[in-house]
Amino acid sequence: MSYSQTLSRRLDSLLVRNGDTLRLVSSGKVHEGTLMPHHDFSDPDVLVLKLKSGYNVGVKVGEEDTLEVISRAEVKKPVAKDEVVKEGDRPRVAIIGTGGTIASFVDYRTGAVHPALSTEALVSQVPELEDYVDIDSKVLFSIFSENMAPSHWQELALAVANELNKGAEAVLIPHGTDTMGYTAAALAFMLGEIPRPVILVGAQRSSDRPSSDANSNLIAALRFAVEQDVAEVCVLMHDGPSDDSFAVHFGTRVRKMHTSRRDAFKSINVYPLANISDDGTVINHPCRRKSDIRVEPRIELEKDVALLQYYPGMKPAHFEKALSGGKGAVIAGTGLGHVNKDMVGLIENSVYGGSPVVMTSQCLNGCTNLTVYDTGRDLLRAGVITVQDMLPETAYVKLMWSLANSDDVTATMQTPLANEMGERREMDV
Amino acid sequence: MSEHELTCGIEIHQQLDTTKLFCSCRSELAESEDETFLRRLRPTASEMGEMDRAALLEAQKKMSFRYQAPPGVSCLVDADEEPPHRADVEATDTVLTFATMMNANIVDEIHFMRKLVIDGSNTTGFQRTALIAMDGHLDLNGRKIGIQSICLEEDSARKVDVGDGEITYRLDRLGIPLIEIATGPDMHTPEEVKEVAMRIGTLLRATKRVKRGIGSIREDLNISIPGGARIEIKGVQELRLLPLYVENEVKRQRMLLRIRDILDERGVGSVEFKPVDATEAFKGSQSKVIKGALKSKGKVIAVKLPGFAGVLNGEDGSLRLGSELAGRARTRGVKGIFHSDELPAYGIEAEEVDALRNLLSLKDDDAFAICAAPKAKAMEALQMAVDRANEALEGVPEETRDPLPDGSTRYSRPLPGAARMYPETDVPPVTVDDERLRTIRENLPELPDETVKRLVKDHDINEQQASQLVRNGRDELFVTIAEAHGSAGVAATLFANTLPELEREGLDTDSLRDDAVMEAFRLLKEGAFAKEALPSLFREMCSGISPQEAIESLGLSAMSTDEAEDVVRRIVQDRVGFVREKGMAAIGPLMGPVMAELRGKVDGKEANSLLKRMIEEVIGR
Repeated sequence: MSYSQTLSRRLDSLLVRNGDTLRLVSSGKVHEGTLMPHHDFSDPDVLVLKLKSGYNVGVKVGEEDTLEVISRAEVKKPVAKDEVVKEGDRPRVAIIGTGGTIASFVDYRTGAVHPALSTEALVSQVPELEDYVDIDSKVLFSIFSENMAPSHWQELALAVANELNKGAEAVLIPHGTDTMGYTAAALAFMLGEIPRPVILVGAQRSSDRPSSDANSNLIAALRFAVEQDVAEVCVLMHDGPSDDSFAVHFGTRVRKMHTSRRDAFKSINVYPLANISDDGTVINHPCRRKSDIRVEPRIELEKDVALLQYYPGMKPAHFEKALSGGKGAVIAGTGLGHVNKDMVGLIENSVYGGSPVVMTSQCLNGCTNLTVYDTGRDLLRAGVITVQDMLPETAYVKLMWSLANSDDVTATMQTPLANEMGERREMDV
Repeated sequence: MSEHELTCGIEIHQQLDTTKLFCSCRSELAESEDETFLRRLRPTASEMGEMDRAALLEAQKKMSFRYQAPPGVSCLVDADEEPPHRADVEATDTVLTFATMMNANIVDEIHFMRKLVIDGSNTTGFQRTALIAMDGHLDLNGRKIGIQSICLEEDSARKVDVGDGEITYRLDRLGIPLIEIATGPDMHTPEEVKEVAMRIGTLLRATKRVKRGIGSIREDLNISIPGGARIEIKGVQELRLLPLYVENEVKRQRMLLRIRDILDERGVGSVEFKPVDATEAFKGSQSKVIKGALKSKGKVIAVKLPGFAGVLNGEDGSLRLGSELAGRARTRGVKGIFHSDELPAYGIEAEEVDALRNLLSLKDDDAFAICAAPKAKAMEALQMAVDRANEALEGVPEETRDPLPDGSTRYSRPLPGAARMYPETDVPPVTVDDERLRTIRENLPELPDETVKRLVKDHDINEQQASQLVRNGRDELFVTIAEAHGSAGVAATLFANTLPELEREGLDTDSLRDDAVMEAFRLLKEGAFAKEALPSLFREMCSGISPQEAIESLGLSAMSTDEAEDVVRRIVQDRVGFVREKGMAAIGPLMGPVMAELRGKVDGKEANSLLKRMIEEVIGR
């Protein structure tokens, strides 16, 4: 909500700007303070004043009240930044900013968090980063991850490939957490063989808070990238509520499993790629080693693909366009990978018409199996593609990529390319 | 500055008896440690782009914080793993009610702020606080005491352990709503400070929404004297000590002003920090502190304090700048420093002192300070001490001090500035509409004076007892008991006399739960014990046991009249000669032995009439 017309007009006539010191006399009471930006949820007739004590209060301006400007806002000169000294013989790590909470600061006007912190500003808040390596940072996007689209993945993949081919020791990607799993999977498929690690890092608490997890996640990612002999696309976040343990996940196996906790990201169906604590780093899987190969990104995607969640009562009529009308679809079915009878018919039509349908499970944990029940067998007969324990989101990304890069979509979908599916599931995962 | 010898304002923090402020956890303390996790905090710039000096000092300590999260009384919000919920309505209403009682100006819209605190006491690194009202007042003995501000904020986590580089907190207390009341600098005597604090406490209890018990109310004092500086003494829990802290602070500031004058007269200038490695001079030292430090590869570092001889510890201990220097040095993690005014002592010999004075080429008026610790630590500590010595040239430095149980205080940190506030953007502003204020005005609680009058009138107790009940916030419970059991007199005596006595014995009567007190009176009415046993019963109950358990542990179970008769008869028979000789006059002397056996089991009056009857039997009336 913005100011009411009346108040807006009064402020305009006094040429008031945020940061000016105002005096408001309202029914005998005097309020003096610095004008703060109007809050989105504030009353339209309320001015937010910062008092001398540091407190902000909302004061309602009545038509009879007198309002005057005591002094004008000082224009702040930008603080000159120290030149960062690059020591030529240290490894160079590229940081490619995309936005998200990790690169956010609070907008005091709306009270909302904005993903507009420059990567340089972010790095300057974590000066420890430059204890280890030379940092080369740039901003590719400044958006929240919910606004990321497949075209962003493509642009990002090219930028990452470029850095790797220029000899970066690692590429770190600060990223919003909501869709970080999708982006990680997309990079894994599009980049293919890589010579050095690509690590996506997020934060669940913005960098403007003393308790932000941005700093510790970034430092842990940097150390992991430089110190370990691993060249995979992965995601690094907290492993629990503590600031001293982290988990590294394969980009194709990871999912945001909590709305707000620091340890929201979990590897599904596998152990994390690595666990990091004060005692050291434990790598739980065989992975690709660092090498000197060149990256040859294959960034083509078929974007006309749908990801659907089956639910009881799902009506085929609502989804005809998504299935038969598109180039392919992934369904997160129930249990072992099921949908109701009506939907089976629609799927059959879709496959017949040349739009492949991939079945995953909304259980997330465990493998799909369409040979146990009748419905499953019907689905197989209808031509559904099964992909073992692949996450629905990963299957969605992989289907987009397969449609654009492979002649045999079924075979590609069923062949592991980036640790996205597996034969074995351990008891304690 | 006014003509007053001292100027003091109080800040009172009182816990509210609602759920937590930004989540629905119970606001209770827990005794379990449960799940723990570890965090680190970093300072951030405020919305104005400024860093806070207190926050920076904390950050330099590079501490880790471990948090215990007991279930039921802490949740994801307390762990900073979930955004805060909307501010609790009941807590907000309580503050609005108190603000109305103080005739304060209530803001039109409440904006919660983040007050940067990175000592780990808040998992977020800031305390959420909102200014609710300003410019109220209360009347005390015909004087107007200004109430500058009334805030609603969240309590901090409880510190339970301090280890090397790690502090442990428990999250049970974090987020309990606090009302913070800041008075104007309107108090000018130590006693007045206490009276105002007590008056505010009583008015707060009138809202019936405040917690009782140790730690539920904490006071900060802001004290200055003419020519001195504002000193904040933070977190006093014992009201009775308030006047003592004020007196001692006035003395301390006067002392610092005298030291400034002495130094000024001597023409002492600013001290340069020029550390000297004096380890050689103490190689064979017998001082435990120095031996310990040298053994763990530490050094003895010395600094010269030109012109400071005699003010570090002089005039029979009435000048004590040395302890100020040491207090500042200790913030760098050393145990302390030694200075020339207190040496030779502590195992440091005169020869060693002389050798050091030579090494530093000191004149008679010059002083020195030494610190034995790892080199870097010792240097930092002495730099702090030298900074403090230089501040002595100006007089009294502004600072925050911690209260100690003996009524003295200790340096804690610099006064925080206003820069450490920025908006809490996770909590939307709350518009205070006229309707809400009208409802509050129409439902204001009874003022304490009115409650006293009502109690006197309705329950036939004296005014002193009634005031005591109100002051202690026991008036509601008293009325419930009086109405349920008709034992107003007994209850009044218990609350107004017995419990304060038990408190003086050092017992925690605030831990007595209302339902346990009710149960005791029910048992009393049933005749399970006699009213004489109430003091000992409640003494037992203070340890947390139920009235029934207390009765058993005291062996109080009431006696039947037949049993009591047997006891009294036996006592009379044992002294039959005495009884025959004295006749009815034996009642007085015999009540002692009778009550020794019957106290708590038989009502005193009944015991008396039994004794009378038995004596009559013996002397044959």
